[in-house]
Amino acid sequence: MVSLADNSAPAIEVRDLVKNYGGVTAVHGVSFTVARGEIVGFLGPNGAGKSTTMRILTGCMPATSGHAAICGLPVATRSEDVKRRLGYMPENNPLPEDMRVSEYLHYRGRLKEIPRKQLGPRLDEVLEQCDLKRVRHRIIGTLSKGYRQRVGIAECVLAEPPVIIMDEPTIGLDPRQILIVRDLIASLRGRMAVVISSHILPEIEMTCDRVLIINQGRVVAQGTPAQLRRETLGGARYELETTGDGPALTAALAGVEPTLSVTEAGEPDAEGFRRVTLATPRADELGEPLLRALAAVPCRVRALRRLHPSLEEVFLAATRRSWETVDQGKGKIS
Amino acid sequence: MLLVSAATYVAAVLFFGLMGLLFMGVVELYNHGPQDRPPAAVFFELFWVPVFFTVPLITMRCFAEERRLGTLETLLAAPVGTTEVVLGKFGAAYFLYLLLWGGTAGFFWLLSLFAPVAGLVDPGPLVGGYLFVALSGLLFVALGVWASALTRNQGLAALFTVVALALVVWGPRLALGNVAALDLPSLRPVRELLEYARVFRHMEDFTRGVVDARAALFYLSGAGLALVFGVFTVEAKQLHT
Repeated sequence: MVSLADNSAPAIEVRDLVKNYGGVTAVHGVSFTVARGEIVGFLGPNGAGKSTTMRILTGCMPATSGHAAICGLPVATRSEDVKRRLGYMPENNPLPEDMRVSEYLHYRGRLKEIPRKQLGPRLDEVLEQCDLKRVRHRIIGTLSKGYRQRVGIAECVLAEPPVIIMDEPTIGLDPRQILIVRDLIASLRGRMAVVISSHILPEIEMTCDRVLIINQGRVVAQGTPAQLRRETLGGARYELETTGDGPALTAALAGVEPTLSVTEAGEPDAEGFRRVTLATPRADELGEPLLRALAAVPCRVRALRRLHPSLEEVFLAATRRSWETVDQGKGKIS
Repeated sequence: MLLVSAATYVAAVLFFGLMGLLFMGVVELYNHGPQDRPPAAVFFELFWVPVFFTVPLITMRCFAEERRLGTLETLLAAPVGTTEVVLGKFGAAYFLYLLLWGGTAGFFWLLSLFAPVAGLVDPGPLVGGYLFVALSGLLFVALGVWASALTRNQGLAALFTVVALALVVWGPRLALGNVAALDLPSLRPVRELLEYARVFRHMEDFTRGVVDARAALFYLSGAGLALVFGVFTVEAKQLHT
């Protein structure tokens, strides 16, 4: 069934995907690729088209146009084969309330065509991996959210598919449970390609190799978190704690780099030090020349550091940028 | 899923309780004096009473519950087609339906054990009666499965099923008995159609030992149609949610 060509194809390939729902375009020409064994995070505000894209990839919903393939198999025409290569956990992780954990996993294993003989050992392995051994005989309806989430993940990895898609796997979990789920996802790295969507940015940053930011049905930024920082925010920002202000400081800064400007200046504290934020489009390191220039200014300097933007800032900047593009587009039409 | 859910056992208890009562009533009738029909014929005449509540109870969860919980999406994300899912659900519900009816054979066994009167437990009407139950069950359960695919509310699914069953079981009989216009020569084809679809007539024929292939075709094709609509409904709802 699996042709040789399949193994060289990327885990997920999406080109110009469009989905219209009764006049509303939920996904608007999305294109991206996920390599084998890579963990990719899907970020976006509510209604950005994350879940729709994921549902199209799983074959639950047809796309209006465009191409989507899992392991080189087009989702639209070979959905049965695609489903054999997918583990999918939908939003809110729906589970049957009145089945036991082991019963449910056994039933799903059979549905996923795992041979009866292999299913027993595989179940033990997955229960161990997801730390579900203690609750294997419990009824799913009585489990806490953390356990339910792990049952969902266990179900996803059960048949060892090459691609796993999880829609908000950590939503509603407490920090400790998030940590467990994150480790679990990280343990799949290299073996399975994982796509997860999330609102929790630090978590995406810690778990994912690559991030895709999607807004208004379009991919507005993609790359590793470091790349995104560079591309989305551009330049660099520095934080300076100094007693100096006014023209002397500005002149010293202009001497180092003419584009360097003060974006924020705080009130002086008890010792007279103010926190000043500097920004420049130049991305290379300016710390050393800055310190040298400041030494020549008659003021005291307590600290200088380069600011590393969080993924949150990147996310906000990327989505804001896309809103602006959309608004400008609208302006042109009217 | 059917055997682990509480609704199944509620349906079974209700079914056997009611069937026991009905059977007691029938036996009581024979206590008062000889009847011109065997007990099986009288018993199967009341088939619609358990059908009206057992079928909705068995089938209402099939899709409505899966859709409400959202597990239908995970089910369809597994390598199974919609047709397989609908047939699987139908098969399980029909199996349970047969199992429940099969249990009532015990009543006749007990009757033959404690009242060894010749002709009281006649195998002919009994076999005919069960054959009718098995055939008509195909259509009834298929209607229930379809109704369940129409909504995410189990109660509504049960209501749809009861209405559909009432239309199928009582509709032709009531229409033929009450609508005078059907006697018009121009409406003759409609009248013939209703005569053909009379479930009570089929039941009488079967318990008298007349196994009519046309009746069998009616139930088989009806069940097939309901299941095809069931598949379409599940697919259409999947596309629009």
